[in-house]
Amino acid sequence: MSVTPFDAASVTMPAEGTSLWKSARRRLVRNRAAMGGLIVLTIIAALAILAPYISAHAMDDISWENIGTPPDWASGYYFGTDSNGRDLFARTLYGARVSLMVGILASIVSLVIGVIYGAVAGYLGGTVDNVMMRIVDILYSLPFMFFVILLTVFFGRNILLIFVAIGAVQWLDMARIVRGQTMALKHREFIEAAHAFGASSTAIVRRHIIPNILGPVMVFVTLTVPQVILLESFLSFLGLGVQEPMTSWGVLISDGAREMETAPWSLLFPATFLAVTLFALNFLGDGLRDALDPKDR
Amino acid sequence: MLRTRAFGFGMAVALLSTTAPLAWAQELAENQVLRLGNGSEPQTLDPQISENTQDSHLERDLYEGLVIIDKDGKVTPAQAESWTVSPDGLTYSFKLRAGLKWSDGTPLTAEDFVYSWRRAVDPATGSKYSFLYYPIKNAEDIATAVNKDVKSLGVRAPDPQTFEVTLKSPTGYFVRLISHARFLPVNRASIEKYGNQFTRAGNLVTNGAFMLKEWTPQSRIVAVKNPNYWDAASVKLSEVDYYPIENQNEELKRYRAGELDVTNEVPSDQVDFIRKELPGELTIVPYLGSYYMGFNLEQPPFKGNLKLREALSMVIDREAIVAKITKTGEQPAYSWVPPGIAGYQPQYVDWKDMPMPARIAKAKELYKEAGYGPDKPLNLEIMYNTSENHKKIMIAIAAMMKQALGVNVTLVNQEFKVFLETRKEKKVTQLFRAGWIADYADPNTFAELLQSDAGLNDMGYNNPEYDKLVKTAALTVDPEKRIQMLQDAEKLVVHDLPMMPIYDYVNKRMIKPYVKGFDLNTLGYFYSKNVSIAKH
Amino acid sequence: MFSFVAKRLLGAVPTLFVIITIAFFMIRLAPGGPFDSERAVPAEIQENLNRVYHLDQPLIGQYWLYLKSVLEGNFGPSFSYKDYSVTELIWAGFPVSMELGLTAVFLAVIIGGGLGALAALKQNRTADYTIMTAAMTGITIPNFVMAPLLTLVLGVYLRVLPVGGWGNGHELKYKILPVVALALPQIAYVSRLTRGSMIEVLRSNFIRTARAKGLSEWLTVTRHAARAAFLPVVSYLGPACAGIITGSVVIEQIFSIPGIGRYFIQGALNRDYTLVMGVVIFYGVLIILFNLLVDVLYGVLDPKLAHR
Repeated sequence: MSVTPFDAASVTMPAEGTSLWKSARRRLVRNRAAMGGLIVLTIIAALAILAPYISAHAMDDISWENIGTPPDWASGYYFGTDSNGRDLFARTLYGARVSLMVGILASIVSLVIGVIYGAVAGYLGGTVDNVMMRIVDILYSLPFMFFVILLTVFFGRNILLIFVAIGAVQWLDMARIVRGQTMALKHREFIEAAHAFGASSTAIVRRHIIPNILGPVMVFVTLTVPQVILLESFLSFLGLGVQEPMTSWGVLISDGAREMETAPWSLLFPATFLAVTLFALNFLGDGLRDALDPKDR
Repeated sequence: MLRTRAFGFGMAVALLSTTAPLAWAQELAENQVLRLGNGSEPQTLDPQISENTQDSHLERDLYEGLVIIDKDGKVTPAQAESWTVSPDGLTYSFKLRAGLKWSDGTPLTAEDFVYSWRRAVDPATGSKYSFLYYPIKNAEDIATAVNKDVKSLGVRAPDPQTFEVTLKSPTGYFVRLISHARFLPVNRASIEKYGNQFTRAGNLVTNGAFMLKEWTPQSRIVAVKNPNYWDAASVKLSEVDYYPIENQNEELKRYRAGELDVTNEVPSDQVDFIRKELPGELTIVPYLGSYYMGFNLEQPPFKGNLKLREALSMVIDREAIVAKITKTGEQPAYSWVPPGIAGYQPQYVDWKDMPMPARIAKAKELYKEAGYGPDKPLNLEIMYNTSENHKKIMIAIAAMMKQALGVNVTLVNQEFKVFLETRKEKKVTQLFRAGWIADYADPNTFAELLQSDAGLNDMGYNNPEYDKLVKTAALTVDPEKRIQMLQDAEKLVVHDLPMMPIYDYVNKRMIKPYVKGFDLNTLGYFYSKNVSIAKH
Repeated sequence: MFSFVAKRLLGAVPTLFVIITIAFFMIRLAPGGPFDSERAVPAEIQENLNRVYHLDQPLIGQYWLYLKSVLEGNFGPSFSYKDYSVTELIWAGFPVSMELGLTAVFLAVIIGGGLGALAALKQNRTADYTIMTAAMTGITIPNFVMAPLLTLVLGVYLRVLPVGGWGNGHELKYKILPVVALALPQIAYVSRLTRGSMIEVLRSNFIRTARAKGLSEWLTVTRHAARAAFLPVVSYLGPACAGIITGSVVIEQIFSIPGIGRYFIQGALNRDYTLVMGVVIFYGVLIILFNLLVDVLYGVLDPKLAHR
């Protein structure tokens, strides 16, 4: 199979990061889908922040007369109430706070660790790669539930622990994928050329490897976000995630799933919010990928 | 009196059998198979080692003890046809039915009970429930390895038909106690032959109305009619299938799709839907159990602060909780021992019948006297183990406390085993969820729990007077005096308020209209041998 | 190639040893024990139970005992399913989980891979948007929503398939819904990943060259593009496979399937030490094997990565 240089342009990529970012931003702004996604995300974030001002009821107020009632515009229960008689509109908006934060931050944590770890292992190869990947195998195998239980026991309840717990598992897949891509790139001529020009390993990984694997990485991040948001509700189950009366989309959806037949609104609204967010993130992710893609320049 | 009733019953049976034998035969469906949701996978079918209710359900069908508790909660002869008690209340002599057999056709004698009960207290067996045997002479010493001679247990078989038990001290509830599944007999020959594999299908030899045919872990257990059962002639079912279904919503769906005849549970958030769509199929029976919130009496803020405990307990609108949250006929609880134990009068808090507004007004006073108020609100942490139902109840309780008294409540949920551990340590807990289900239908099963040295007294309740009353009651032969002492003890509890009762449990199941004779008693027991499937 | 595989398999021994060691102490560090329940027992009985199950010895001693018995192939009796040994439970449940899991993975690769490639080739056209919208929806709907929805509609309302159960283990009707519920999110994942990397590959110079050389589109795509595009999918599927064929606790509980997925969660909740250790070791072995398989597949997909 004849393989021509992957992309000669990337060897002569501009050295200054600023112009790279500037042109990336310009391309991103021109991408209508990505901008649409960004606007939707901004609206949802704004709703989450403004939740107390736009909902008619407090998120933790119980109305004994309105237990599990369907959406009703007149009474201010726009999304209906849950089985404790609390306003689902307010709760969905408050849930966005936790879920957006956890979804985005935890994904970024796993992205950063996974990409660096995977790129280093894939680029260096040999024994280093072998040891690094065996560590990944070990972390995959350890019982996650006990890890979470021990976290709660030793560190109590702390929002930061959610990121630690989720980050600890989510970066593994990312590392495996990045490593695979890096290994494939390593043998491409333009990397070898950069090497011949005397570029250091760090520089090659940073300038040539990572930008060239952003495609699959971005796609994978958009897959990670929903996983992370739903994983958070499992952490709540173990006593690590959010505590009542605070809530999250993951918790709302798993509560709603139980009543999908008798109270469909309790599933429908949080699930729709989650779906819309993920679509928006997806468009934004694709746009980011295109904007940062060195081949498109 | 008893005789006339028996006569009347006999007459009715005679009438039935002469006038409508054909109709009776036609009513039964051809396929006498009961398909039963049974919660989760049983831990074991070894009755001496079992711990869980779903194990015991199966065991009561597969095995049979000396006596059973019938649907009305009455002690009824089973493998024993009669028994006598010595005047000092120390010796029980059970007369076994003639011609009892194991499912493999070998005879069952009093020696089998001797073997099984010794096996239960033998430390080598590793039975968690061996303490139920403690009223029997030497049982406690054997179970705790103080006495190494298992044979010294107070049980013997003077002849193959007679099983004699000697107690440590008179125990008024002894016959009720031995209806518990931990007292079921096991087959010695099969245990010696198969060791720890004796409960497998094909190996298991039992003496109940049904015998094990198939056991596929996490999938199903199939039991078929035991032809060697003494009353096999009146057993209608040919087969019982037990399905371990952990997810209550899916269990209900399988029931609705016709894959199950009886469910193990009913999800409370589906109750309104069920009442509307499946009227008459929801069966609710009181269950001897108490759902309560414990106060940690060893730490502030509840240590030595009775007024605060009282104030908090008073503002809980239990009627609202059972009507709007649990929804399945649970009874609001104001006593420690739930009602429903024959001859026992539960002791209630004195504000039981006070209307809610008056209660809240009184609670506000007490709250103030306890040193709290709007400017100095109580910051309270409520701890519970993760579960949908608990969560809903805790949210309601927190809201009630906040609304009435302005208490700032933080809810903390923990994974079950972590929760148990935290609760037991009595260090960080303040107010915590707890529950207790009776082991046998006697107030003693509740009274014991609040003794200062009881394993589950996670409140740290310590009232010497209470301990003394419960201990003396256990040694009292005269049933009336014994009950009186236990009632006096409970009176102390509702005064001291080491916990606040919330509601008394119920057992709830979906039962198809064509399933006849599936009767639950207040202990949640049912016997498939009484069940038949009507034509449908 | 052969020596590479042999070396890796040899390397699995220390990896497994580390897994066993860390997992053993992690599990024991968690509060609560197998005999704790709402029904507290007298202290002497608790001590006796610990003695019977060898939990009374110092932890390090128990650890050596456990290592020894694992070397002998004995994973001990389960604490929560007392009539069965851990080995029996795993071997009874694994074929069930594996059957469902492999079917789901197979569907994911064929359908997901095909759809993903199609979407990439028709980038920014109707087919692409349709497929990706469906895939995104599939990713958004968690299986604890999808599975009950399937049982409600097909089992309760339409009554075309059973809600749950496993029958005698050989009836197809019990397997359809669980496989669908298990496969849907995986199909969505694989199609999303395939599309992403396929687009990447189609843009690259070597594909342009192949096209320029006059290779047919079909050959270009199948021979060159698909191989490279499948690289990230393979990276993802390695560990994912190990997870899927060891069962999903959600799917197994909803459909009442006797697989081993529930043991990972139930075992942990019950503090069934031996059962959890058993499934952890089992899973560890699968992770090692599948990641090895992935590395071998890299060589097949891209000969430059072959391990010589």
